[in-house]
Amino acid sequence: MGPPATVVGLEGSSVPRTYLTRSAPEFGEIERRRWMFRHPLVIRVAHWLNALCLLVLLMSGLQIFNAHPALYWGKVSTFDTPLMSMASSEDDPPKGVTTVLGKSFDTTGFLGSSAGADGQPADRGFPSWATLPSEQDLTGGRSWHFFFAWAFVLNGLAYLLHGLLSGQLRFRLVPSRDQIRHFGASIREHLTLRFPQGDEAKRYNVIQKLTYVAVILVLLPVQVLAGLAMSPAMDAAAPFLLTMFGGRQSARTVHFIVANLLVLFVVVHVALVVLSGFWNNMRGMVTGWFVIERKVEPASASVQTGETT
Amino acid sequence: MIRPASRRSFLLGATGALGATVLGGCDRLGEMPWFKRTLKTGEDANLFVQRLLLTDTTLAPEYAESDISPFFKPNGTEDPPDKAYKALVKRKFAGFELAVGGLVEKPFKISLADLRKLPARTQITRHDCVEGWSCIGKWTGVPLSELLQRAVLKPNARYVVFHCADTMDQGEASGSLDAEDDGPAAEAPAASPNADMTKKAAGTEPAKGETDQQDAAPSGADADTTEPVRFYESVDLVDAYHPQTILAYEMNGNTLPVAHGAPLRLRLERNLGYKQAKYVMRIEVVESFAEIGDGKGGYWEDQGYAWYGGI
Repeated sequence: MGPPATVVGLEGSSVPRTYLTRSAPEFGEIERRRWMFRHPLVIRVAHWLNALCLLVLLMSGLQIFNAHPALYWGKVSTFDTPLMSMASSEDDPPKGVTTVLGKSFDTTGFLGSSAGADGQPADRGFPSWATLPSEQDLTGGRSWHFFFAWAFVLNGLAYLLHGLLSGQLRFRLVPSRDQIRHFGASIREHLTLRFPQGDEAKRYNVIQKLTYVAVILVLLPVQVLAGLAMSPAMDAAAPFLLTMFGGRQSARTVHFIVANLLVLFVVVHVALVVLSGFWNNMRGMVTGWFVIERKVEPASASVQTGETT
Repeated sequence: MIRPASRRSFLLGATGALGATVLGGCDRLGEMPWFKRTLKTGEDANLFVQRLLLTDTTLAPEYAESDISPFFKPNGTEDPPDKAYKALVKRKFAGFELAVGGLVEKPFKISLADLRKLPARTQITRHDCVEGWSCIGKWTGVPLSELLQRAVLKPNARYVVFHCADTMDQGEASGSLDAEDDGPAAEAPAASPNADMTKKAAGTEPAKGETDQQDAAPSGADADTTEPVRFYESVDLVDAYHPQTILAYEMNGNTLPVAHGAPLRLRLERNLGYKQAKYVMRIEVVESFAEIGDGKGGYWEDQGYAWYGGI
């Protein structure tokens, strides 16, 4: 299996113990491929559980939304002036009409009106393929939503606790000083889809880190709090929830918007996973092992790390 | 060590299986009794944790007069078709008496006029429907605790059940229901008292189809199909004695309108709207609600909704 694993330090950041790399067996490969144990078991399990929870929460959430497919701002529902609403028209066959801030769009087949289980047009906000359960079933949707909300919160707390104690959270989320200095360059690299290689690939880049900070420490907690603010019992126990969002209907709207932002995050996340080496990334998140591609010029590579192997 | 090729096929298989499960299997999974029970543990946890967070007297937020919604959406039954109820409406509930009974030492009946003489509470609160919308209204009524104290609960009393005037499902023998042909209003509750809350099964009887699936053969099934099902709800003693739990006879300063549950509706401010029974006719104190309706503690609970409506 080649030489024993070595801990490779990175400039300006401490690497947790799990960040082991090992050299590939053949000399010719050494400078190009290097195995790295990137994701410890707790993080891998938490990641996939989280993915499952978010998917179920999204689809059951759309089911719950469909029971009253309109959003408002403030304490109460102003039924005549929603921020956004989905409805079906009186036409035959009915048209799906989505109204956002007073502007109406024809969304037949997708929002407002789409085929039900029997293939006939049905009045529903989101289509059946996007909701869980697929047919109109508010109570079923609520059961799914609450169970997976608990799973999501407990899994998230376990992840955060592990991350804090192991140092993984700091290593993964906090940009190091040199990364902040090269912020502009990092954005340019990102926009041109040039992914870091060599040592730089061992850590998350600055945009990755800031995105994960925004998702893990802002979007997800806000999503949980907005969800709780919709509970009348929680509003009695913690009235600050209403103050925070400016009312229950605002909280419901925030919950919907943040859900959309999380979908956007997942879309970009998956796109980058595919573009930056799908199988390597998947192996990394399933087995923990990740391959670092090194720069092609062997000479400069060894100079870069100052290592001999 | 796993070779990349087998990993690859494993991953492909796993992704495919996951996709198939998510798109096709979830509905079937969601119908399986053991999985339903598992999912319901989430709602059990809601009750457990929220009861830990709330004291018996923690109040739901109250609002200012200026916050009152100009339009308060009536929901569920808006005009009970039942003959007996219509007769009460005609006489402006003059002959109405609320019955308080069950596991109490002193069962009694009380007229609306006498109810109004009891200590009252007025509160401006937000009504949250399980569907997602909210309205703010001003309610005046007699605290439920006032009535329960007069009746004196027996030691084994655990729940308070509200029996209501409105028929939800007609059942097969509709003779006891609305005899006068009253047009669309009479048909509404039988078809679907609340389309958005009820599972839509493509034109078939929505509510009954679901309950039939849930309970293979409940002992009371035969009785249920021949007798109309009237709305009922239940709360435990924590909610029953909560200071904001009132039987309201006024809404926004006026006599409670029929659409909002005249003559009396329950206000249960730390709960969703479906727990707040309208058209309350009789209060029954019980040890268990297993023998009432389908045994889940309320009309909507019998359709699959959680008994605890705090979230």
